[in-house]
Amino acid sequence: MRRGVRVAAPVAVAVFFVGVSFGVVARPLMGQVAPIVMSMVVFAGSAQFAAVAVLADGGSALAAIAAGILLNARFVPMGIAVASFLPGGKLRALEGQAVVDASFAIANRGGGRFDRDLLLGATLAQYPAWALGTLVGVLAGDELGDPRALGLDAIFPAFFFILLVDELRARKAATAAALAATVALLLTPIAPPGVPVLAAGLVALLGLRAR
Amino acid sequence: MTETWAVIAVLTLATVAIKASGPLVLGGRELSSRAVAVIGLLAPALLAALVVVETFASESDLTIDARAAGVAAAGGSYAATGSPTVAIASAALAAGGLRALS
Repeated sequence: MRRGVRVAAPVAVAVFFVGVSFGVVARPLMGQVAPIVMSMVVFAGSAQFAAVAVLADGGSALAAIAAGILLNARFVPMGIAVASFLPGGKLRALEGQAVVDASFAIANRGGGRFDRDLLLGATLAQYPAWALGTLVGVLAGDELGDPRALGLDAIFPAFFFILLVDELRARKAATAAALAATVALLLTPIAPPGVPVLAAGLVALLGLRAR
Repeated sequence: MTETWAVIAVLTLATVAIKASGPLVLGGRELSSRAVAVIGLLAPALLAALVVVETFASESDLTIDARAAGVAAAGGSYAATGSPTVAIASAALAAGGLRALS
């Protein structure tokens, strides 16, 4: 598990600063306590930002929940992918909670295999960073600097990209990745946030055709 | 304020259920070779989609901005050094540097 923590450490730094910006954005709308609680129990950056954005625009609670769920829906296919590598019984549902984008990417060993230790360790590094970042954002405001000015928003796609790159030597994986990227780009202007990535996951059904 | 807490509570329960669903339904089951083939393509498909969305999406527009430069810098330095940490640092430097200049 220590390996996962170590691999995820640079990402955890970025997660911390994005957590700070979530605290800054959420505080005027939700007060001091709610953003911190939300980061601790929801623990999903894009869904939290989306839900808060809906509320800030005067949207209903229902609309905010729907926006958040749509963004988190990608954790269904991710959970399906890692399922066989988690322990038996009820513990499996608990360990499935460790699935977040960066941990999924880190734990991916290619060819459909996942490393459970890396998954848990990577999330162990990010969880306190996210919660603590939110706390700092709520209390200190944006004095720590804008994550965009620091280039930290580029860290996530860059990290996923280099973790994906080795797998693209396999032809089937490369085809699936190229198609999925195309689907996601085509859907971005027309579908609500969350749907492009979810729909791109359906490209994996190409596997049915194989052999 | 009650609205805020309702959003937090429902979103928490939904997220827990979403993340538990795959492991609960599939875990421990003997999978057919076709199912394994599909599952094997989930990671490259989802990661590729995350890369392009987080690089090029700005709300519902597609843009080429400093993030794209950051990802390109990461790709280049990863190819040169093989170090993820160096690659990530180059991404932040390139994106942050470009924004500081513009």
